[in-house]
Amino acid sequence: MPSSETQIYKTTTWSPGPGCHGGCGVLAHVKDGKLVKIEGDPDHPMNQGRLCARALAMTQYIDHPDRLRSPMRRTGSRGEGKWEAISWEEAFDLIQEKMNKIREEYGPESMVFNVGTGRDIYAWICMLAYAYGSPNVMFGLTGQACYGPRLAAAITVQGDFAVFDAAQWFEDRYDHPGYKVPETMIIWGYNIHATCPDNLFGHWIIDLMKKGTKIICIDPRLSWFGSRAKHHLRLRPGTDSALVMGFLHVVINQGLYDDAFVKKWSNAVHLIRKDTGKLVRECDLVSDGSEKNFAAWDTRDSKPVIWDTTQVGFKDATAVDPAVSGEWEIKMANGQTVVCHTVWDAFCDRVNEYPLDKVETITGVPAKDIHDAAVMYAKSKPGAIHWGVAVDMTPALTPLVTGISALWAITGNLDVPGGNVFARFAFDVVPYALPGTKGAIRLKTEEQDKPRIGADRYMPLNKFYWRCQTDMTLDQIFTEDPYPIKGMWIQTAGIMQGLGMDPKKWRAALEKLDFIVAVDLFHTPTTQYADVVLPAGTFLEKDSFRSWWVPLQTINKVVEVEGCRPDVAINFELAKRFDPEFKFDTIQDLYDDILKPSGMTFKELQAKGWAYPPEGSSSCPYLRHEKGLLRPDKKPGFRTQTGLFELYATLREEWDLEPMPRHEEPPFTPVSRPDLAKDYPLILSTGRRSPAFFHTEHRQIPWLREIDPDPVVEIHPITAAENHISHGEWMWIENWMGRARYKAKVTPVVPEWMIMAPHGWWFPEKKAAEPDLYGMWDANINQLIPMGHQGKDGQGAPIKHSMCRIYKCEGGRS
Amino acid sequence: MSKKPQFGLLIDYEYCTGCHTCQVACAQENNWPAGMGGIRVQEIVQALPHDKHYLTYLPFPTELCILCRPRTKKGLDPACVKHCMAGCMTFGPIDELAEKIKEKPRMVLWVPR
Repeated sequence: MPSSETQIYKTTTWSPGPGCHGGCGVLAHVKDGKLVKIEGDPDHPMNQGRLCARALAMTQYIDHPDRLRSPMRRTGSRGEGKWEAISWEEAFDLIQEKMNKIREEYGPESMVFNVGTGRDIYAWICMLAYAYGSPNVMFGLTGQACYGPRLAAAITVQGDFAVFDAAQWFEDRYDHPGYKVPETMIIWGYNIHATCPDNLFGHWIIDLMKKGTKIICIDPRLSWFGSRAKHHLRLRPGTDSALVMGFLHVVINQGLYDDAFVKKWSNAVHLIRKDTGKLVRECDLVSDGSEKNFAAWDTRDSKPVIWDTTQVGFKDATAVDPAVSGEWEIKMANGQTVVCHTVWDAFCDRVNEYPLDKVETITGVPAKDIHDAAVMYAKSKPGAIHWGVAVDMTPALTPLVTGISALWAITGNLDVPGGNVFARFAFDVVPYALPGTKGAIRLKTEEQDKPRIGADRYMPLNKFYWRCQTDMTLDQIFTEDPYPIKGMWIQTAGIMQGLGMDPKKWRAALEKLDFIVAVDLFHTPTTQYADVVLPAGTFLEKDSFRSWWVPLQTINKVVEVEGCRPDVAINFELAKRFDPEFKFDTIQDLYDDILKPSGMTFKELQAKGWAYPPEGSSSCPYLRHEKGLLRPDKKPGFRTQTGLFELYATLREEWDLEPMPRHEEPPFTPVSRPDLAKDYPLILSTGRRSPAFFHTEHRQIPWLREIDPDPVVEIHPITAAENHISHGEWMWIENWMGRARYKAKVTPVVPEWMIMAPHGWWFPEKKAAEPDLYGMWDANINQLIPMGHQGKDGQGAPIKHSMCRIYKCEGGRS
Repeated sequence: MSKKPQFGLLIDYEYCTGCHTCQVACAQENNWPAGMGGIRVQEIVQALPHDKHYLTYLPFPTELCILCRPRTKKGLDPACVKHCMAGCMTFGPIDELAEKIKEKPRMVLWVPR
């Protein structure tokens, strides 16, 4: 009942609204049913009273005149900008009819469910897709190159994901007994404080700096962290993997690693055949041996011993002292004698392919700086690393990610206070499957997963990342091979204006589809291609919960905006319509079911507000591999197939993918394409974050747009002068694919050889209809970035390193 | 003649990250439309020897800053100080802030109008 007195409600941010990956506690001031003010909740352990510009601007967002307040049906052709309002019932009926027709004629997999960045809607999109029967949930970015690939790659070698430790696991935070502040933190391609991505609060790092953490910054740009770093390594974009090999070179050759960890907890001691370069498996040594068991050399008895992966220990042996290094002639089951050495030897051989002078040549970072940074990190006890999306946005992302993981593992920083700590869902409450987990929301049968696009071609996707492969999905819309794609459900995702590379190709794909639903809060370039648009609610308009890492907490409905419905309610209604066996009657039943592992119902959790997992649970650190808290069988070790941290990835060997870290030059760089470099001499990097916006959002919010009014490209003063471009002038960025218009910000924060153009630009104030499409074709930098260059894993793509030339716009502003 | 100032804002600009929270917090608290507001964040890129640069953000209280008098009268911090993501702003009596500024370098004490 609306009150004319101001009431203050506690709730938790998680998109829609601020757009980020959420988790901050807020106090919502409500009067007469309207949000009149929003503040940070001083009691909330995550943000401790602070709040960002985007959350504070909710008072302008929630009642914005442009917000969609009724379902809309397209009346003109796609992109013509003609709509009529319809009722929710009409909209649901129409969607049900059209999607049922697609399911009946072509099968449920012919409907693709497109999701954007990581918000709570992920679970509800999966719920709808799976109720409909489609395995094709698509994160619309080329190579799914944001976060998921990092997770999948890290999980391949360490069984779990790990993040920097800012004591976020504990309600008492930095005061928690046993917590240590990292002495050094490497910030790898990350401007985290600008948007708080990846379920972390960016300014935790500033908290840590005030407590003494020193920074090593790896970023071609002079970021805020770079400016304050002890070492700022300004690498050429796309060469991160060479840089990490340089770090490992220093750490290993100077003996700065934790040899006890390497020997006991990694697969360093396992044997590799020198003839094939492959692991020695039990089946190589004895004819009836398992191919999932491995071998080591026991120095006590001078013979091979078997590492039994089911026991996470050596087979039939009480006291084994495995050799970390050495070379032996070993007789195989087939009578052949093969020279073998250890994984550690092979790993060191690989690392020694990257002496620092070579790494300097590849990366452009002076060898001395790499050396000094590596020594500083390795000698810091503890030291932490945190990586940004730059590590995903390159095709060979796994050999890079596994290199960085190896670096924190062998320096003894894995799951230790102040190091890189395993991040698990609080209380193991997992609504939907992130890579490596089984979510509560699943397809009914394994059979239904079979048509998932790319799952048969890319094993990392098949095994860890439960989405369809985006680039293949786009192609399949045109080829209809092996089956046609007929419809798309697009929910708070901007495939045209931000998520999709090569947006003209996406436009052609959308034009080809029979039926498109878009769910969003505002019309966007993407919604203009839908048949039906449904108006979603902000986080303030819904009851929900948040279980991404820690804590487990509720999102509480505080206001209602007439005409809008929460994403979860939209999807719940349709899930019931598409699945006659859908097992929940109410959304609260659904929540209670997912929350079961916590021992709390939704109402109980809501009464608490938030809950932290207690010591001794698998979602509470530290050193869980020693305590047997990571594996389902409760044995000490990691949740990998060997039970060990894998310096040599056993699964990747089985998948015929590169099992160890290394550098692979990306496809569009001056090194890989000197032919293109003649015409396109500058490196084009994209994706710099703005504190005012989350990706494509917020351009219509006056307080936020004021902070960042125009698409601005950073260009070095020398480069600007060479191209006759002045500060504030409009200029074209162009390559072989297309061009985009940006305003020059002449600044030395970028190197001379690179420009940085932020993504996600469109202009809500411009005309919706084509050819304008909100001015998107003018400013969308993704027009210069291709689809279809995903890495060998089906994950990762060249987004942060392309090539371009620049020239000034005649006539200034368009 | 204007009244003698009593209160100020101490900014630790070593830690200001340029998040612009203070700007929006001020606008929300005081109902400023876009384009107006009591505080503005400036970016300063300073060249250093050896081809290095230093990036500083500096919140600057404008002619519209009233140090959130209605809030501070109730014992609350100004909206910008309360929400500052980096915790780099302190409100208080000028004398106390003048003592505090001695604690570390890269600070500035503003006394708005």
